[in-house]
Amino acid sequence: MRRLSWAVVFGIALITWIPLLVIAASVLHPDPVIWRHLLDFVLPELLANTVWLVFGVGIGVLLLGVSTAWLTAACEFPGRRVFEWALLLPLALPAYISAFVWLGLFDVTGSVALWLRESGIVLPSIRSRGGIILLLSLSLYPYVFLTARAAFLGQGARLFEVAQSMGLSHSQIFWRVALPLARPGIVAGLTLALMETLAEFGAVSVFNYNTFTTAIYKAWFGLFSLTTASQLASMLVFFVLAALLIEGQMRARRHYAAATRAGERPFRLRLQGSTAIAASVVCAIVLFFAFLLPIAQIAWWAWSVGSMDLDMRYWGFATHSLLLSGFGTVCVVTLALLLGYTQRLLPGARMRAMTRISTLGYAMPGAVLAVGLFIPLAWLDNQMIATGFIQAPLLQGSLIVMLLAYAARFMAVAFNPIEAGLTRISQNIDEAAQLHGVVGMNRLWRVHLPMLRVSVLTAAALTCVDILKELPITLMTRPFGWDTLAVRVFEMTSEGEWERAALPALVIVLLGLLPVWLLTKGQDHALAC
Amino acid sequence: MKLFFCRFMAMVLTGLFASAVHATVVVYSARNEQLIKPLFDAYTRETGIAVKFITDKEGPLLARLKAEGANTPADMLMTVDAGNLWQAAQEDLLQPVVSATLRQNIPSHLRDPGNQWFGLSVRARTVVYNPVKVKPSELSSYEDLAASRWKGRLCLRTSKKVYNQSLVAMLITEHGEDKAEKIVKGWIDNLATTPFPDDTKAMEAVAAGICDVTLVNTYYFGRLMEKKPDLPLALFWPNQKLKDPTAGVHVNISGAGITRYAKNKGEAIKLLEWLSSAKAQNLYADINLEYPANPAIKPSLQVTAWGDFKQNTNPISEAGRLQVKATMLMDRVGYK
Repeated sequence: MRRLSWAVVFGIALITWIPLLVIAASVLHPDPVIWRHLLDFVLPELLANTVWLVFGVGIGVLLLGVSTAWLTAACEFPGRRVFEWALLLPLALPAYISAFVWLGLFDVTGSVALWLRESGIVLPSIRSRGGIILLLSLSLYPYVFLTARAAFLGQGARLFEVAQSMGLSHSQIFWRVALPLARPGIVAGLTLALMETLAEFGAVSVFNYNTFTTAIYKAWFGLFSLTTASQLASMLVFFVLAALLIEGQMRARRHYAAATRAGERPFRLRLQGSTAIAASVVCAIVLFFAFLLPIAQIAWWAWSVGSMDLDMRYWGFATHSLLLSGFGTVCVVTLALLLGYTQRLLPGARMRAMTRISTLGYAMPGAVLAVGLFIPLAWLDNQMIATGFIQAPLLQGSLIVMLLAYAARFMAVAFNPIEAGLTRISQNIDEAAQLHGVVGMNRLWRVHLPMLRVSVLTAAALTCVDILKELPITLMTRPFGWDTLAVRVFEMTSEGEWERAALPALVIVLLGLLPVWLLTKGQDHALAC
Repeated sequence: MKLFFCRFMAMVLTGLFASAVHATVVVYSARNEQLIKPLFDAYTRETGIAVKFITDKEGPLLARLKAEGANTPADMLMTVDAGNLWQAAQEDLLQPVVSATLRQNIPSHLRDPGNQWFGLSVRARTVVYNPVKVKPSELSSYEDLAASRWKGRLCLRTSKKVYNQSLVAMLITEHGEDKAEKIVKGWIDNLATTPFPDDTKAMEAVAAGICDVTLVNTYYFGRLMEKKPDLPLALFWPNQKLKDPTAGVHVNISGAGITRYAKNKGEAIKLLEWLSSAKAQNLYADINLEYPANPAIKPSLQVTAWGDFKQNTNPISEAGRLQVKATMLMDRVGYK
């Protein structure tokens, strides 16, 4: 059993490890001329930029995500039922699209900026450190919102009633009880947001803000050195791994299990008067800037410019997007669940390191990871052709490979919420199940899965929306003719036709509503029964 | 559900065997779907030969060709700049094509000296200015924009875009690296604001009075003026009156080459020749307001209205060869 579990974990881990190793193998061929140049003129500035960005976005998503999560999970105020799902919507908007919309409104030539300038108000430049931090915080806070909210909801009312009975004020309950207990969830979301920040290329390019990732692409596209780009990407991923292991080590010494019964009604503090209005206003402002404003602009473009591109082919694009994200989600979430569960069965530093490495694909710039995936596939195909086993390439351009590629990219997205959910389930439950002879996969299926419902749904919704938006892997591994909505967005934006990209972007958002809606239903259901 | 499953499996299988179909030309293209599909459709109507294509960025396409090696399904590689074609030839991903038609249709400075790739349309990078603030007589050349009288009056797009990298590569070809560096440094000193992410934004800044001049590809100008004809913007053709006979407006190409391991080489060459012919050149260029690479073909009326100009006739392959140098030069002078 033990050996089998290790084999399963190892098998899943290989999906991510192979591309990572292919990319890391580039360190064998350093190019001293390019490295000298990067060290002298490129890296110093962008290292500082990257540190600022990660720091700023980290604080930004925590402020926005935890506050809105707490308000919608543990408070009652006007509009809460709308905000609890609407605040997730920015997830479905690719950050680079929001970035472009923002420039169109607030940059020096933006319509809002020009309008304000006529009345004598000059906006500070948005293409700045502050601007990009604000934009990415508004785009990525839903990761924290989602996982923190799941954590707060899972804490149950009795815990807070006990805290209240011990004389803790409302703010003390938040700071001393709810927040520390929610740490695994919050960290899970924060990790996702920061990994995405590090790998983010589209929005920082629109803002022309140089980060480690822009240097990776500069080395590749400008200096024609995929090798140097791979070396830089490996460094990036190595730092992320170190951070993940340190965090995991710190967390491993504590236990976070909550003694809630499934279906316990959530704790809801009824806000009164101005506090209630303030809560509504805060949520509304976040929602306005993160979603309503960009989507209004996108809808306007889609209506005025994009509608001429609308034809029957959009059924195909939408179907491809849905199929890929649907099957991709099932595949990734299943693997993540197996990974998380095995880690629970066989805890220890070695296992933790293994699962952490499996999630690193999310911190790797997408196009580099796509190449790392493609090279071994093409190699396998070529080997099989050389031995006469097949006539033409078989693996590349097959959907099964695409699904595995998504697993390499999005393991973190599915694994982090599931792992956070698992830490909330007390080990006593496992032992009780063991006593009743419920072990192995049976235990996962009958005991853990029902308790993990919200976490699994969270993982699924995040993965689904992320695959809908995914570009580099889809571009590189799709079969001929398998264009998706995200590919459409790429076709338009790569020649600067942003207005025409609005239509496919809008359809992505509409499709993204589906998992968000299912998640909200599922959460309600889990709490009601 | 069962039907759905069957359909999915069918799609998986078609996906699996998609690359095994024969008697079609397969193209890897960095030129957008909406720019090439009408062309390929027309070719199929005319000849009955199907064209399959897949789009991606140049970098990943090159990496893909390299990884696939001798078993690549691709017959043709199409890009929107010379640098990546040059790089593909360097990495031995293309093969020379001996074709009298191509030699005749495409001027020698717009194709590879080794015949590994050919320009199919020309993208001119020129000066756009605000006629309210600048008289055309004040403008002369790219080099002149480094002069101190343009201080605080210039806007530029980011150096990460290949169009600017090839423009600077041209400066290196003409002046050598030291002088080119001084010129680009002069531009940076003259910037009114930090570089923009695209040409359109830079032009909008000129129109809004934030700066007076910028450098853009003409089709962005055409597209913007189509949408907002009232903007105070005008085109100027720089480097027309210099002594150097090769001097002129910097041009890049969108072009294509035949892959080293093309399975349908003959068909692919026929497609390439057709793309350079009178029949296809207008379709290829006009759809994006570019200039036909074939000098016998007139551009669209909208483009013709911008007036005639002399192209820089230094071989465009130099832009590829010097791209790395140009990128490094721009990093050194702090051009972001």
